[in-house]
Amino acid sequence: MEKKQDGNEKKVHYVGDSRVRRDGKKLQPKDYSEFPGKTDPFFPNYLLKEWMVAAVFLVGFMALVLTQAPPLGDLADPTNTDFLPVPDWYFLFLYQLLKFEWAAGKFVVIGTLVIPGIVFTALLLAPWLDRSPERRPTRRPIASGLMILALIAITALTWTAQDEYKKNLAERGGGQEGGEDVELVAEDDPGYEIYKANQTCLSCHGEQLQGGAAGPSLLGVGGRLSAEEIENVINNGRGAMPAGAFQGTEEEKQKLIEWLAKQK
Amino acid sequence: MIRKMYDWLDQRLDITPIWRDVADHEVPEHVNPAHHFSAFIYCFGGLTFFVIVIQFLSGMFLSLYYVPDIKHAHASVEYLQNEIAFGSIVRGMHHWGASVAIVMLFLHTLRVFFTGAYKHPREFNWVVGMLLFFVVLGLGFTGYLLPWDNKAYFATKVGIEIAASVPFVGEHIATFLQGGDMVGATTLTRFFALHVFFLPGALLALLGAHFILIRRQGISGPL
Repeated sequence: MEKKQDGNEKKVHYVGDSRVRRDGKKLQPKDYSEFPGKTDPFFPNYLLKEWMVAAVFLVGFMALVLTQAPPLGDLADPTNTDFLPVPDWYFLFLYQLLKFEWAAGKFVVIGTLVIPGIVFTALLLAPWLDRSPERRPTRRPIASGLMILALIAITALTWTAQDEYKKNLAERGGGQEGGEDVELVAEDDPGYEIYKANQTCLSCHGEQLQGGAAGPSLLGVGGRLSAEEIENVINNGRGAMPAGAFQGTEEEKQKLIEWLAKQK
Repeated sequence: MIRKMYDWLDQRLDITPIWRDVADHEVPEHVNPAHHFSAFIYCFGGLTFFVIVIQFLSGMFLSLYYVPDIKHAHASVEYLQNEIAFGSIVRGMHHWGASVAIVMLFLHTLRVFFTGAYKHPREFNWVVGMLLFFVVLGLGFTGYLLPWDNKAYFATKVGIEIAASVPFVGEHIATFLQGGDMVGATTLTRFFALHVFFLPGALLALLGAHFILIRRQGISGPL
Protein backbone atom coordinates (compact mmCIF):
# COMPACT_ATOMS: atom_id res chain seq x y z
CA MET A 1 0.00 0.00 0.00
CA GLU A 2 2.05 2.96 1.21
CA LYS A 3 5.69 3.33 0.23
CA LYS A 4 8.56 2.84 2.58
CA GLN A 5 9.76 6.33 3.43
CA ASP A 6 13.35 5.71 4.40
CA GLY A 7 15.39 2.64 5.11
CA ASN A 8 13.50 2.17 8.37
CA GLU A 9 11.47 -1.05 8.71
CA LYS A 10 8.84 0.68 10.84
CA LYS A 11 6.20 2.42 8.78
CA VAL A 12 3.40 4.74 9.61
CA HIS A 13 0.00 3.72 8.38
CA TYR A 14 -2.59 6.45 8.27
CA VAL A 15 -6.18 5.55 9.10
CA GLY A 16 -8.26 8.72 8.94
CA ASP A 17 -6.25 11.15 11.05
CA SER A 18 -4.82 8.54 13.39
CA ARG A 19 -1.32 7.21 12.96
CA VAL A 20 -0.93 3.51 13.43
CA ARG A 21 2.53 2.02 13.83
CA ARG A 22 3.15 -0.74 11.40
CA ASP A 23 5.45 -3.51 12.53
CA GLY A 24 5.93 -6.79 10.80
CA LYS A 25 4.54 -8.07 7.56
CA LYS A 26 0.86 -7.59 6.67
CA LEU A 27 -0.86 -9.98 4.29
CA GLN A 28 -2.43 -7.44 1.98
CA PRO A 29 -4.04 -8.71 -1.20
CA LYS A 30 -2.20 -8.21 -4.41
CA ASP A 31 -3.27 -5.33 -6.56
CA TYR A 32 -5.90 -6.14 -9.15
CA SER A 33 -3.59 -4.84 -11.85
CA GLU A 34 -1.49 -7.91 -11.09
CA PHE A 35 -4.27 -10.25 -12.16
CA PRO A 36 -3.93 -11.32 -15.78
CA GLY A 37 -6.63 -10.52 -18.33
CA LYS A 38 -9.53 -8.14 -18.45
CA THR A 39 -10.77 -6.66 -15.23
CA ASP A 40 -14.07 -4.82 -14.81
CA PRO A 41 -14.98 -2.10 -12.34
CA PHE A 42 -17.28 -3.54 -9.69
CA PHE A 43 -19.87 -0.81 -10.12
CA PRO A 44 -21.71 -0.73 -12.39
CA ASN A 45 -20.10 -3.02 -15.01
CA TYR A 46 -19.56 -6.18 -12.99
CA LEU A 47 -22.68 -5.76 -10.87
CA LEU A 48 -24.81 -5.51 -14.04
CA LYS A 49 -23.35 -8.79 -15.30
CA GLU A 50 -23.93 -10.46 -11.99
CA TRP A 51 -27.47 -9.11 -12.06
CA MET A 52 -27.97 -10.92 -15.40
CA VAL A 53 -27.23 -14.18 -13.60
CA ALA A 54 -29.52 -13.11 -10.74
CA ALA A 55 -32.33 -12.30 -13.21
CA VAL A 56 -32.18 -15.80 -14.69
CA PHE A 57 -32.15 -17.18 -11.16
CA LEU A 58 -35.12 -15.00 -10.17
CA VAL A 59 -37.20 -16.23 -13.11
CA GLY A 60 -36.60 -19.83 -12.05
CA PHE A 61 -37.35 -19.02 -8.43
CA MET A 62 -40.60 -17.18 -9.18
CA ALA A 63 -41.68 -20.04 -11.49
CA LEU A 64 -41.29 -22.36 -8.49
CA VAL A 65 -43.18 -19.96 -6.20
CA LEU A 66 -46.05 -19.38 -8.63
CA THR A 67 -46.60 -23.04 -9.48
CA GLN A 68 -46.16 -24.59 -6.02
CA ALA A 69 -48.39 -23.21 -3.27
CA PRO A 70 -46.62 -23.32 0.10
CA PRO A 71 -47.99 -26.26 2.09
CA LEU A 72 -49.94 -25.69 5.29
CA GLY A 73 -51.14 -28.69 7.28
CA ASP A 74 -53.86 -29.01 9.88
CA LEU A 75 -53.60 -27.13 13.15
CA ALA A 76 -51.06 -28.82 15.43
CA ASP A 77 -52.72 -31.42 17.62
CA PRO A 78 -50.39 -32.69 20.37
CA THR A 79 -52.79 -35.54 21.15
CA ASN A 80 -52.41 -36.95 17.63
CA THR A 81 -50.45 -40.15 18.27
CA ASP A 82 -50.61 -41.26 14.69
CA PHE A 83 -48.58 -38.55 13.01
CA LEU A 84 -45.35 -39.44 11.22
CA PRO A 85 -42.91 -36.68 12.15
CA VAL A 86 -40.58 -35.50 9.43
CA PRO A 87 -38.09 -32.62 9.59
CA ASP A 88 -37.44 -30.23 6.74
CA TRP A 89 -35.45 -31.94 3.95
CA TYR A 90 -32.09 -30.39 4.86
CA PHE A 91 -32.13 -32.00 8.30
CA LEU A 92 -33.14 -35.44 6.99
CA PHE A 93 -29.58 -36.79 6.80
CA LEU A 94 -28.97 -36.04 10.48
CA TYR A 95 -32.29 -37.64 11.34
CA GLN A 96 -31.48 -40.74 9.30
CA LEU A 97 -28.07 -41.10 10.93
CA LEU A 98 -29.84 -41.80 14.24
CA LYS A 99 -31.56 -44.83 12.75
CA PHE A 100 -28.36 -46.85 12.45
CA GLU A 101 -28.08 -49.40 15.24
CA TRP A 102 -24.59 -48.22 16.13
CA ALA A 103 -25.86 -44.65 16.48
CA ALA A 104 -29.11 -45.25 18.34
CA GLY A 105 -30.33 -46.49 21.69
CA LYS A 106 -27.45 -46.48 24.14
CA PHE A 107 -25.04 -45.40 21.41
CA VAL A 108 -27.17 -42.37 20.51
CA VAL A 109 -24.31 -40.10 21.57
CA ILE A 110 -22.39 -41.30 18.52
CA GLY A 111 -25.20 -40.11 16.25
CA THR A 112 -26.05 -36.87 18.01
CA LEU A 113 -22.67 -35.68 19.18
CA VAL A 114 -19.63 -37.64 18.02
CA ILE A 115 -20.13 -37.87 14.27
CA PRO A 116 -21.72 -34.42 13.67
CA GLY A 117 -19.20 -32.95 16.11
CA ILE A 118 -16.21 -34.37 14.26
CA VAL A 119 -17.58 -33.43 10.85
CA PHE A 120 -18.54 -29.86 11.76
CA THR A 121 -15.33 -29.20 13.70
CA ALA A 122 -13.31 -30.47 10.76
CA LEU A 123 -15.27 -28.17 8.44
CA LEU A 124 -14.80 -25.20 10.74
CA LEU A 125 -11.06 -25.85 11.02
CA ALA A 126 -10.58 -26.80 7.36
CA PRO A 127 -8.10 -23.95 6.64
CA TRP A 128 -5.81 -25.24 9.40
CA LEU A 129 -6.21 -28.92 8.54
CA ASP A 130 -5.50 -28.38 4.85
CA ARG A 131 -2.49 -26.08 5.02
CA SER A 132 -0.66 -26.69 1.77
CA PRO A 133 -0.66 -23.66 -0.52
CA GLU A 134 -1.96 -25.89 -3.33
CA ARG A 135 -5.47 -24.84 -4.41
CA ARG A 136 -6.46 -27.12 -7.28
CA PRO A 137 -8.89 -29.83 -6.07
CA THR A 138 -7.02 -32.52 -8.00
CA ARG A 139 -3.74 -31.63 -6.29
CA ARG A 140 -5.12 -32.07 -2.78
CA PRO A 141 -6.76 -35.49 -3.03
CA ILE A 142 -7.34 -35.97 0.71
CA ALA A 143 -9.39 -32.80 1.19
CA SER A 144 -11.34 -33.26 -2.06
CA GLY A 145 -11.81 -36.98 -1.43
CA LEU A 146 -13.18 -36.45 2.08
CA MET A 147 -15.56 -33.77 0.86
CA ILE A 148 -16.81 -35.97 -1.98
CA LEU A 149 -17.30 -38.86 0.47
CA ALA A 150 -19.27 -36.56 2.79
CA LEU A 151 -21.42 -35.43 -0.14
CA ILE A 152 -22.16 -39.02 -1.14
CA ALA A 153 -23.03 -39.90 2.47
CA ILE A 154 -25.35 -36.89 2.84
CA THR A 155 -27.09 -37.65 -0.45
CA ALA A 156 -27.51 -41.34 0.39
CA LEU A 157 -28.82 -40.61 3.89
CA THR A 158 -31.27 -37.98 2.65
CA TRP A 159 -32.45 -40.33 -0.08
CA THR A 160 -32.97 -43.25 2.31
CA ALA A 161 -34.81 -41.04 4.81
CA GLN A 162 -37.16 -39.72 2.13
CA ASP A 163 -37.74 -43.22 0.78
CA GLU A 164 -38.47 -44.68 4.23
CA TYR A 165 -40.82 -41.83 5.02
CA LYS A 166 -42.79 -42.46 1.84
CA LYS A 167 -42.92 -46.21 2.49
CA ASN A 168 -44.11 -45.67 6.07
CA LEU A 169 -46.82 -43.35 4.84
CA ALA A 170 -47.93 -45.85 2.22
CA GLU A 171 -47.93 -48.66 4.78
CA ARG A 172 -50.55 -46.87 6.81
CA GLY A 173 -52.63 -47.17 3.66
CA GLY A 174 -51.87 -43.61 2.67
CA GLY A 175 -53.72 -41.50 5.13
CA GLN A 176 -53.43 -37.86 4.36
CA GLU A 177 -50.02 -36.95 3.07
CA GLY A 178 -48.23 -35.48 6.05
CA GLY A 179 -51.60 -34.75 7.64
CA GLU A 180 -52.14 -31.95 5.16
CA ASP A 181 -55.44 -30.84 3.77
CA VAL A 182 -55.89 -32.67 0.48
CA GLU A 183 -59.17 -31.88 -1.20
CA LEU A 184 -61.27 -34.01 -3.46
CA VAL A 185 -60.54 -32.88 -7.02
CA ALA A 186 -62.37 -33.30 -10.36
CA GLU A 187 -65.76 -33.81 -8.77
CA ASP A 188 -67.59 -33.61 -12.12
CA ASP A 189 -65.39 -36.31 -13.67
CA PRO A 190 -67.32 -39.42 -14.85
CA GLY A 191 -64.92 -41.42 -12.66
CA TYR A 192 -66.54 -39.94 -9.55
CA GLU A 193 -70.00 -41.06 -10.72
CA ILE A 194 -68.66 -44.58 -11.26
CA TYR A 195 -67.06 -44.47 -7.82
CA LYS A 196 -70.29 -43.39 -6.15
CA ALA A 197 -72.25 -46.05 -8.03
CA ASN A 198 -70.02 -48.79 -6.62
CA GLN A 199 -71.09 -49.67 -3.13
CA THR A 200 -67.96 -51.78 -2.60
CA CYS A 201 -65.70 -48.76 -3.04
CA LEU A 202 -67.92 -46.37 -1.16
CA SER A 203 -68.51 -48.49 1.94
CA CYS A 204 -64.80 -48.57 2.88
CA HIS A 205 -63.24 -45.47 1.32
CA GLY A 206 -66.14 -43.10 2.01
CA GLU A 207 -68.25 -40.85 -0.16
CA GLN A 208 -65.60 -38.08 -0.25
CA LEU A 209 -62.63 -40.52 -0.41
CA GLN A 210 -62.10 -39.63 3.23
CA GLY A 211 -61.66 -43.26 4.27
CA GLY A 212 -63.20 -45.01 7.25
CA ALA A 213 -62.69 -47.77 9.75
CA ALA A 214 -62.35 -50.45 7.07
CA GLY A 215 -60.33 -48.60 4.47
CA PRO A 216 -57.80 -45.76 4.24
CA SER A 217 -58.47 -42.35 2.75
CA LEU A 218 -57.79 -42.10 -0.97
CA LEU A 219 -57.40 -38.33 -0.97
CA GLY A 220 -54.20 -37.48 -2.78
CA VAL A 221 -53.79 -41.10 -3.88
CA GLY A 222 -52.68 -39.96 -7.36
CA GLY A 223 -49.66 -38.30 -5.76
CA ARG A 224 -48.62 -41.54 -4.08
CA LEU A 225 -49.40 -44.16 -6.71
CA SER A 226 -49.21 -44.21 -10.50
CA ALA A 227 -52.22 -45.26 -12.59
CA GLU A 228 -50.70 -48.74 -13.06
CA GLU A 229 -50.19 -49.14 -9.33
CA ILE A 230 -53.78 -48.08 -8.66
CA GLU A 231 -54.99 -50.62 -11.21
CA ASN A 232 -52.87 -53.28 -9.55
CA VAL A 233 -54.43 -52.55 -6.15
CA ILE A 234 -57.96 -52.62 -7.61
CA ASN A 235 -57.29 -55.94 -9.38
CA ASN A 236 -55.27 -57.74 -6.73
CA GLY A 237 -56.29 -56.08 -3.50
CA ARG A 238 -54.00 -54.92 -0.75
CA GLY A 239 -54.05 -55.41 3.00
CA ALA A 240 -57.69 -55.88 4.00
CA MET A 241 -58.93 -55.11 0.50
CA PRO A 242 -59.93 -58.22 -1.45
CA ALA A 243 -58.91 -58.83 -5.05
CA GLY A 244 -61.45 -57.95 -7.71
CA ALA A 245 -63.41 -55.61 -5.47
CA PHE A 246 -64.51 -53.42 -8.37
CA GLN A 247 -67.82 -54.65 -9.80
CA GLY A 248 -68.17 -52.58 -13.01
CA THR A 249 -67.01 -53.08 -16.58
CA GLU A 250 -63.43 -52.78 -17.75
CA GLU A 251 -64.22 -49.42 -19.40
CA GLU A 252 -65.66 -48.05 -16.17
CA LYS A 253 -62.63 -49.27 -14.29
CA GLN A 254 -60.28 -47.34 -16.59
CA LYS A 255 -62.31 -44.15 -16.05
CA LEU A 256 -62.22 -44.71 -12.31
CA ILE A 257 -58.44 -45.20 -12.36
CA GLU A 258 -58.01 -42.07 -14.47
CA TRP A 259 -60.02 -40.10 -11.93
CA LEU A 260 -58.17 -41.54 -8.93
CA ALA A 261 -54.84 -40.72 -10.56
CA LYS A 262 -55.97 -37.08 -10.68
CA GLN A 263 -56.28 -36.99 -6.87
CA LYS A 264 -53.07 -35.22 -5.98
CA MET B 1 -30.21 18.29 -8.23
CA ILE B 2 -28.92 14.89 -7.12
CA ARG B 3 -25.39 16.06 -7.90
CA LYS B 4 -25.95 19.08 -5.65
CA MET B 5 -27.33 16.95 -2.84
CA TYR B 6 -24.36 14.63 -3.15
CA ASP B 7 -21.92 17.54 -3.10
CA TRP B 8 -23.65 19.05 -0.07
CA LEU B 9 -23.24 15.77 1.80
CA ASP B 10 -19.73 15.18 0.50
CA GLN B 11 -18.54 18.63 1.65
CA ARG B 12 -19.59 17.79 5.16
CA LEU B 13 -18.97 14.05 5.41
CA ASP B 14 -16.37 13.25 2.74
CA ILE B 15 -18.37 10.27 1.50
CA THR B 16 -16.55 9.92 -1.81
CA PRO B 17 -13.78 7.67 -0.43
CA ILE B 18 -16.37 5.38 1.16
CA TRP B 19 -18.38 5.18 -2.04
CA ARG B 20 -15.20 4.64 -4.09
CA ASP B 21 -14.16 1.84 -1.77
CA VAL B 22 -17.50 0.08 -2.16
CA ALA B 23 -18.06 0.64 -5.85
CA ASP B 24 -14.83 1.33 -7.65
CA HIS B 25 -12.62 -1.70 -7.27
CA GLU B 26 -11.63 -3.86 -10.20
CA VAL B 27 -13.08 -7.36 -10.50
CA PRO B 28 -10.67 -9.82 -12.14
CA GLU B 29 -11.51 -11.74 -15.29
CA HIS B 30 -11.53 -15.24 -13.81
CA VAL B 31 -14.68 -14.60 -11.72
CA ASN B 32 -16.59 -12.71 -14.41
CA PRO B 33 -19.32 -14.78 -16.08
CA ALA B 34 -19.29 -12.38 -19.03
CA HIS B 35 -15.77 -13.53 -19.90
CA HIS B 36 -15.94 -17.19 -18.92
CA PHE B 37 -19.32 -18.88 -18.70
CA SER B 38 -18.01 -21.36 -16.13
CA ALA B 39 -17.34 -18.42 -13.80
CA PHE B 40 -21.03 -18.51 -12.84
CA ILE B 41 -19.91 -20.70 -9.93
CA TYR B 42 -18.42 -17.52 -8.46
CA CYS B 43 -21.95 -16.00 -8.42
CA PHE B 44 -23.30 -18.49 -5.85
CA GLY B 45 -22.27 -16.28 -2.94
CA GLY B 46 -23.95 -13.23 -4.46
CA LEU B 47 -27.06 -15.29 -5.21
CA THR B 48 -27.16 -16.54 -1.62
CA PHE B 49 -27.14 -12.92 -0.49
CA PHE B 50 -29.89 -12.17 -3.03
CA VAL B 51 -32.08 -14.96 -1.58
CA ILE B 52 -31.38 -13.71 1.94
CA VAL B 53 -32.59 -10.24 0.87
CA ILE B 54 -35.74 -11.92 -0.50
CA GLN B 55 -36.15 -13.69 2.86
CA PHE B 56 -35.82 -10.43 4.78
CA LEU B 57 -38.34 -8.61 2.58
CA SER B 58 -40.92 -11.40 2.38
CA GLY B 59 -40.51 -12.06 6.11
CA MET B 60 -41.17 -8.42 6.91
CA PHE B 61 -44.41 -8.56 4.95
CA LEU B 62 -45.44 -11.86 6.56
CA SER B 63 -44.96 -10.30 9.99
CA LEU B 64 -47.69 -7.76 9.14
CA TYR B 65 -50.24 -10.55 9.61
CA TYR B 66 -48.58 -13.37 11.50
CA VAL B 67 -49.55 -13.76 15.17
CA PRO B 68 -47.07 -15.75 17.28
CA ASP B 69 -49.38 -17.51 19.70
CA ILE B 70 -50.69 -21.06 19.59
CA LYS B 71 -54.32 -20.03 19.30
CA HIS B 72 -53.86 -17.74 16.33
CA ALA B 73 -50.63 -18.74 14.60
CA HIS B 74 -52.16 -21.36 12.32
CA ALA B 75 -55.26 -19.29 11.59
CA SER B 76 -53.20 -16.19 10.80
CA VAL B 77 -51.02 -18.13 8.35
CA GLU B 78 -54.13 -19.59 6.75
CA TYR B 79 -55.63 -16.12 6.51
CA LEU B 80 -52.59 -14.42 5.04
CA GLN B 81 -52.17 -17.24 2.54
CA ASN B 82 -55.76 -17.50 1.38
CA GLU B 83 -57.41 -14.13 1.97
CA ILE B 84 -54.71 -11.48 1.51
CA ALA B 85 -53.83 -10.26 -1.99
CA PHE B 86 -50.56 -11.90 -3.07
CA GLY B 87 -50.42 -13.58 0.34
CA SER B 88 -49.73 -17.02 -1.09
CA ILE B 89 -46.97 -15.56 -3.28
CA VAL B 90 -45.27 -13.78 -0.39
CA ARG B 91 -45.52 -16.86 1.82
CA GLY B 92 -44.41 -19.01 -1.12
CA MET B 93 -41.32 -16.83 -1.58
CA HIS B 94 -40.48 -17.16 2.11
CA HIS B 95 -41.22 -20.90 2.23
CA TRP B 96 -39.35 -21.89 -0.94
CA GLY B 97 -36.73 -19.20 -0.39
CA ALA B 98 -35.70 -20.98 2.81
CA SER B 99 -34.88 -24.15 0.88
CA VAL B 100 -33.26 -22.25 -1.99
CA ALA B 101 -31.10 -20.27 0.48
CA ILE B 102 -29.79 -23.53 1.93
CA VAL B 103 -29.10 -24.91 -1.54
CA MET B 104 -27.26 -21.78 -2.70
CA LEU B 105 -25.33 -21.57 0.55
CA PHE B 106 -24.31 -25.19 0.13
CA LEU B 107 -23.17 -24.59 -3.45
CA HIS B 108 -21.24 -21.48 -2.41
CA THR B 109 -19.50 -23.43 0.36
CA LEU B 110 -18.58 -26.21 -2.07
CA ARG B 111 -17.22 -23.68 -4.58
CA VAL B 112 -15.04 -22.08 -1.92
CA PHE B 113 -13.91 -25.50 -0.74
CA PHE B 114 -13.03 -27.00 -4.11
CA THR B 115 -11.26 -23.88 -5.38
CA GLY B 116 -9.23 -23.76 -2.16
CA ALA B 117 -10.27 -20.15 -1.63
CA TYR B 118 -10.38 -20.62 2.15
CA LYS B 119 -6.63 -21.00 2.42
CA HIS B 120 -4.07 -18.67 3.95
CA PRO B 121 -4.61 -15.73 4.43
CA ARG B 122 -8.42 -16.06 4.18
CA GLU B 123 -8.91 -18.60 7.01
CA PHE B 124 -10.97 -16.28 9.14
CA ASN B 125 -13.49 -15.53 6.43
CA TRP B 126 -14.12 -19.27 6.06
CA VAL B 127 -14.86 -19.49 9.78
CA VAL B 128 -17.28 -16.55 9.53
CA GLY B 129 -18.89 -18.32 6.56
CA MET B 130 -19.36 -21.55 8.55
CA LEU B 131 -20.96 -19.56 11.38
CA LEU B 132 -23.28 -18.02 8.79
CA PHE B 133 -24.19 -21.54 7.67
CA PHE B 134 -25.16 -22.48 11.24
CA VAL B 135 -27.21 -19.31 11.67
CA VAL B 136 -29.10 -20.03 8.44
CA LEU B 137 -29.77 -23.63 9.55
CA GLY B 138 -31.02 -22.19 12.86
CA LEU B 139 -33.35 -19.87 10.95
CA GLY B 140 -34.64 -22.88 9.03
CA PHE B 141 -35.25 -24.87 12.20
CA THR B 142 -37.01 -22.07 14.09
CA GLY B 143 -39.03 -20.92 11.07
CA TYR B 144 -40.37 -24.42 10.45
CA LEU B 145 -42.38 -24.33 13.69
CA LEU B 146 -44.07 -20.99 13.14
CA PRO B 147 -47.09 -22.10 11.01
CA TRP B 148 -47.98 -24.37 13.97
CA ASP B 149 -49.35 -27.23 11.89
CA ASN B 150 -48.89 -30.91 12.71
CA LYS B 151 -45.78 -31.22 10.57
CA ALA B 152 -44.16 -28.25 12.32
CA TYR B 153 -45.16 -29.36 15.79
CA PHE B 154 -43.96 -32.95 15.53
CA ALA B 155 -40.76 -32.13 13.64
CA THR B 156 -39.82 -29.64 16.34
CA LYS B 157 -40.68 -32.12 19.05
CA VAL B 158 -38.40 -34.73 17.50
CA GLY B 159 -35.67 -32.15 16.92
CA ILE B 160 -35.74 -31.08 20.55
CA GLU B 161 -35.79 -34.72 21.71
CA ILE B 162 -32.63 -35.29 19.67
CA ALA B 163 -31.00 -32.23 21.26
CA ALA B 164 -32.06 -33.49 24.70
CA SER B 165 -30.23 -36.79 24.20
CA VAL B 166 -26.86 -35.00 24.23
CA PRO B 167 -25.14 -35.87 27.53
CA PHE B 168 -24.85 -33.28 30.33
CA VAL B 169 -26.07 -30.18 28.48
CA GLY B 170 -28.89 -31.83 26.49
CA GLU B 171 -31.57 -31.24 29.09
CA HIS B 172 -30.59 -27.59 29.39
CA ILE B 173 -30.67 -27.09 25.62
CA ALA B 174 -34.13 -28.65 25.51
CA THR B 175 -35.40 -26.46 28.33
CA PHE B 176 -33.93 -23.39 26.69
CA LEU B 177 -35.52 -24.16 23.31
CA GLN B 178 -38.89 -25.16 24.74
CA GLY B 179 -39.04 -22.40 27.31
CA GLY B 180 -40.30 -25.07 29.71
CA ASP B 181 -40.58 -28.83 29.79
CA MET B 182 -42.73 -29.38 26.70
CA VAL B 183 -43.28 -28.00 23.21
CA GLY B 184 -46.08 -25.51 23.71
CA ALA B 185 -47.07 -21.86 23.90
CA THR B 186 -43.71 -20.67 25.23
CA THR B 187 -41.84 -22.63 22.56
CA LEU B 188 -43.70 -20.83 19.81
CA THR B 189 -43.04 -17.32 21.14
CA ARG B 190 -39.44 -18.28 21.78
CA PHE B 191 -38.91 -19.65 18.28
CA PHE B 192 -40.60 -16.55 16.90
CA ALA B 193 -38.23 -14.27 18.82
CA LEU B 194 -35.22 -16.32 17.74
CA HIS B 195 -36.43 -16.38 14.15
CA VAL B 196 -37.18 -12.67 13.71
CA PHE B 197 -34.85 -10.90 16.17
CA PHE B 198 -31.90 -12.89 17.49
CA LEU B 199 -30.86 -14.94 14.47
CA PRO B 200 -31.41 -12.20 11.83
CA GLY B 201 -29.35 -9.88 14.04
CA ALA B 202 -26.54 -12.42 14.14
CA LEU B 203 -26.98 -13.00 10.42
CA LEU B 204 -26.58 -9.29 9.60
CA ALA B 205 -23.54 -8.91 11.84
CA LEU B 206 -21.84 -11.96 10.33
CA LEU B 207 -22.75 -10.91 6.79
CA GLY B 208 -21.20 -7.50 7.45
CA ALA B 209 -18.02 -9.19 8.69
CA HIS B 210 -18.04 -11.55 5.67
CA PHE B 211 -18.24 -8.62 3.22
CA ILE B 212 -15.73 -6.40 5.02
CA LEU B 213 -13.26 -9.29 5.09
CA ILE B 214 -13.64 -10.03 1.39
CA ARG B 215 -13.12 -6.33 0.58
CA ARG B 216 -10.04 -6.11 2.81
CA GLN B 217 -8.48 -9.31 1.57
CA GLY B 218 -9.64 -9.35 -2.03
CA ILE B 219 -10.87 -12.49 -3.75
CA SER B 220 -8.37 -15.27 -4.34
CA GLY B 221 -6.59 -15.43 -7.68
CA PRO B 222 -7.28 -17.82 -10.56
CA LEU B 223 -6.49 -21.50 -10.00
